[in-house]
Amino acid sequence: MSQLGSRIGVQIYLVIFFAYLLGPLVIMSVTAFNSSSFPSAMPWECLTFDWFRSLLQDSRIMNGIRNSILIGAGTVVLSVLMGLSGALVLMRIWPRLRATYYTIVIAPILIPGVVLGISTLVFWDRINRLLGLGPGSVLSNGLFLTILGQSTFIASYCMLVMVARLQRYDETLSEAALDLGATPAQVFRKILLPFMRPAIVTAAVLAFLASFENYNTTTFIFGEYPTLTIELSQKVRYGVTPAVSALAFIIVALTIFIALANEAIRRRRELVAAVRSGASVTVAAGGRVTLPRIFSGNISAVLVVAMAMGTIVMIGTASVYRPDQCIADLRQEKQLAAQKRAEELRRQRDAKTGGTGENVGIDPVTSPAAPPRSQGGGFETVFDPGVLQELGN
Amino acid sequence: MNAWVGVELENLSIRFGDFVAVRDANVNIRGGDFFSFLGPSGCGKTTILRAVSGFLAPSSGNILIGGKNMKGVGPNKRPTALIFQNLALFPLMKVWENITFSMEIRGARAAERRKRADELLEMVALTGQGDKLPAELSGGQKQRVAIARALCAEPHVLLLDEPLSALDLKLRQHMRTELREIQKQVGITFIYITHDQGEALTMSDSIAVMRAGVIDQIGNGRAIYNDPATPFAASFVGENNVFRGKVVQIIGHEALIRTNRSGEIRARISTANLGKLQQGDSAMVFIRPEALDMAGADLEGDHYVSARVTNEEFEGDVFNIFMEGDGGKEIKVSLPNRGQSFESHKGRTVTLRYDVKNAVAMPAGILATE
Repeated sequence: MSQLGSRIGVQIYLVIFFAYLLGPLVIMSVTAFNSSSFPSAMPWECLTFDWFRSLLQDSRIMNGIRNSILIGAGTVVLSVLMGLSGALVLMRIWPRLRATYYTIVIAPILIPGVVLGISTLVFWDRINRLLGLGPGSVLSNGLFLTILGQSTFIASYCMLVMVARLQRYDETLSEAALDLGATPAQVFRKILLPFMRPAIVTAAVLAFLASFENYNTTTFIFGEYPTLTIELSQKVRYGVTPAVSALAFIIVALTIFIALANEAIRRRRELVAAVRSGASVTVAAGGRVTLPRIFSGNISAVLVVAMAMGTIVMIGTASVYRPDQCIADLRQEKQLAAQKRAEELRRQRDAKTGGTGENVGIDPVTSPAAPPRSQGGGFETVFDPGVLQELGN
Repeated sequence: MNAWVGVELENLSIRFGDFVAVRDANVNIRGGDFFSFLGPSGCGKTTILRAVSGFLAPSSGNILIGGKNMKGVGPNKRPTALIFQNLALFPLMKVWENITFSMEIRGARAAERRKRADELLEMVALTGQGDKLPAELSGGQKQRVAIARALCAEPHVLLLDEPLSALDLKLRQHMRTELREIQKQVGITFIYITHDQGEALTMSDSIAVMRAGVIDQIGNGRAIYNDPATPFAASFVGENNVFRGKVVQIIGHEALIRTNRSGEIRARISTANLGKLQQGDSAMVFIRPEALDMAGADLEGDHYVSARVTNEEFEGDVFNIFMEGDGGKEIKVSLPNRGQSFESHKGRTVTLRYDVKNAVAMPAGILATE
């Protein structure tokens, strides 16, 4: 009895736990498809894909994504290089210096990103002045500064990944290669680098993600290259639109898809290895379900396919489905409601004063849920509920 | 195949800080020989091998390969190939890529490499295994791949660092003969490191016995086994019974020694120690278990030993009899099993007989187990 109770308890806990983890993502994803101009899942108004369109037409967001990818790529290259060399030094350094060296290269992870941002800005500004270069020089370029500033701490993450792999490296492999006539450069290229490849890939992905989501360091040094996080934060300062939800949905979907695809590839490779070494497929797969061979015991592969199909269905629906009618109906409904309310108000007032307040009332177009109009330059159209209609046409 | 290239160590010393790993080693290894360094772990034999292959610089002294001084020559420029204790096969490369790594370094074409790999695989009896990864091979197969990889580099000297130690007994014995055959086939100098005296004795043309960085004795297997130069060599190579005592009399190449517990023993002075024993010196006499035989009771004389039997065991090919010996050590006697009836002697005192030429006397010194 108590066993059953504890099992139910665990299940309830799991439900709460996953709701806590995934709930916000699910609700946010839903808001991306609701025509309500403020991101909300309830009340459901109309199914729409227009937020994705307005996202694609937002030149600042698009520019931010481009900058983020550019800076991410630069940071990946720089951080992986620094991380790899840092890890190599750590493994070869004089043992008594090792602890000190480790502390120094790990420190950037512990330093607040804000401090890193400011110090990057100040430091390169000083260098810039020292060299007598103008404000237009490379050293004060936002792209350059952001890549450098982010790499200061992302390289440390990369180094940790590399060290973990390097610790399993058998130094006699290098010696064996040397002994067979390889030069140290050939040993590095033909033996060590192939061994480090998985760690390099992991570090690169990690570096890109860390760069892409970084805000607090970047905010001081982005210059003329605002990244996506910077643009988003500037945008939400004036209120959020479901276009941001749409962007978030794309990012979440991409992340899950890549993670699942990666897992599926890994499983498949393991399966192949197991088959090569002679184990029977059924043992390696461990599944009782008779799916096509690649799917047996491979949930992620199934999920990948499901997600891919879901995407196709969604895009298909989006290209055929026109929410105009629904939105028009809704507008009319709202208009009617507003008119009714205005009339009611008028009647109340009439009853009170006996006068005729023709010109008093609420603008019938403005929905009561709409946020106040912003003063920001290019932003106001986003918050204009009319934008949906315009986009729909 | 190659002109035979020998290796010479001249006053070679290697120090790590205060620790002397190798002290003043002088060895002349003839080209084409199978030469073994035999010693317990930590005696400096691997250090010598690493110095010969170029991973360690000697603190003093010289290493000459084929008469050329190797000072300042890196491991990738020496005509040596090393087979590591853990084999160090490249885990991400297929077997054939492993074997022909030295050719890849020199920029050989893939087809050429593949051809050479197949030849070498045939030689080490691994035909058709070229496309596997090292992890997919058994221990003995990996061993052979390592040998093929080293031979592919066409070294003048092949260095082997206890390559058989990870294998089980049966495979080890099989690989011994195989290694010896490969050595005869390719005709290059093999330098072999081992702590297993059986390996050293069966395979080597010549053996150097090492203890704590010092080479105690160099000679062929028979000389080392039958005519040890030091108490360490006598007790490390094979089993030996030791009798301690004082020299009573020197008679030509023989000595009469009064032992602490087993009476007076007559023994041959080992070749390396001729002239080094004086009357009154402390000495040790070594008699192999198989050189002792049961004698009739109550015989006395200088080639008899009496002792009380404490234990007996049957090993299949031999009966082992253990007796109270000198300084807490047992005397072991091995009697060959020729199907004779075997009566127990447990608790009784028996007399053992030996040939004086099989008892070796030398100045007292450090034993292997001490």
